[in-house]
Amino acid sequence: MSKHKLTIAISGLNNVDSPGPGIPVIRGIRESVDIDPRIIGLAYENLEPGPYMREFVDKTYKVPYPSEGVDPLIERIRYIHEREQIDVLIPNFDSEIFVFIKLADKLGEMGIHTFLPTLSQFEERHKSNLPQYGEKHDITVPDSRPVTSFEDIEDLVRKGTFSWPLLVKGKFYDAYMARSADQARIYFNTVSAKWGLPVIVQEFIKGTEVNVVALGDGSGRTVGAVPMRKQYITDKGKAWGGITLDDPSMLDFTHHVMAATRWRGGMELELIRTPQNELYLIEINPRLPAWVYLAVAAGQNLPEALIKLAMGQKVPAWTRYDVGKIFIRYSFDMICDLDAFRKLSTTGEL
Amino acid sequence: MKIKKSLAISETGFVFDPSTGDSYTLNPIGLEIIQLLREGKSREDITKAMTRTFDVDSLTFERYYFDFLGMLKQMQLVESDE
Repeated sequence: MSKHKLTIAISGLNNVDSPGPGIPVIRGIRESVDIDPRIIGLAYENLEPGPYMREFVDKTYKVPYPSEGVDPLIERIRYIHEREQIDVLIPNFDSEIFVFIKLADKLGEMGIHTFLPTLSQFEERHKSNLPQYGEKHDITVPDSRPVTSFEDIEDLVRKGTFSWPLLVKGKFYDAYMARSADQARIYFNTVSAKWGLPVIVQEFIKGTEVNVVALGDGSGRTVGAVPMRKQYITDKGKAWGGITLDDPSMLDFTHHVMAATRWRGGMELELIRTPQNELYLIEINPRLPAWVYLAVAAGQNLPEALIKLAMGQKVPAWTRYDVGKIFIRYSFDMICDLDAFRKLSTTGEL
Repeated sequence: MKIKKSLAISETGFVFDPSTGDSYTLNPIGLEIIQLLREGKSREDITKAMTRTFDVDSLTFERYYFDFLGMLKQMQLVESDE
């Protein structure tokens, strides 16, 4: 059977020490038995490694940051689409998902398919809404509150809502454990300067962090889900090694979240397992994570399934994956010609 | 004490707990004890088997044996109702 030729645009090509999911997603798609992809990279910076990784990315276009507004971004996508005829677009950064959800209809009119959560699904799972989210969908979550000043944190501790240690989190990324008011002040300033307000204060749940990568088809059905525990964590809190787990309770938890929210698209559940074996949801990332290739290697090619769902195809749900499959990330010095760098820097294309 | 059924234990003493992702390495004596526990042998049977194989009296062996069981429990390598 011949493979289905598709042109797929993908962002998140910053395959650095805190990697975006772009390259692992592409790696999964390249291993598809049904899809013959032409991969169009969407890059924000000249030194993102992805554009230079020619075995993964066929052609790269620089795009404006979503923070520069929707119009410049859609104009750039239109320009790229005229040249490449994009079939599917997969945004991979948390910070761009909102914009692409807003643009989904326009992209659809242009013939570009996406498979993203709805705006309400995306909005309600924000860290700042976690307690309401837990209550609405009957999901166990730690107490968390959005704050706009350091004094708010002091107030919450004074009133007994929180005690030390607590977590200070950015609305998109970054989390720090503060053991004292002094530390909380430093982390509040660090996080608010980088990610803006509100900053999220969260109850510290003692336990082991475990994660699930999953894909929902929007009807409440879980198409695939693979649980993992990080075995090696970088100073930025990113997994540098991880292992797939045989944990039915994590899968039950995931199926419940999918069914309750009718999630559409890829997601990463960040969970804490307490010593009493309770699971707490601490975060939902609204896209496939950078470690998604572990799921592919364990038998669930979630990026490929996401493309098929975007193209309106039916995808059967996976019921198994390999347990004890390990990923170990590594760094590698790629050698590039100055000409490639010049081309991307000056023409915005490579 | 019942060893978790899901544990994968290799002949070389590598133990993998698929529910937590943790792995451990046993020395040959630890491996033998775990295998006996898996076979459902009682403390008396295990003590007899070990004192027969190794140059150790039962009192000394049992001191280390209970230490070892405590460690297995702490690492949650035994069935949860234990």
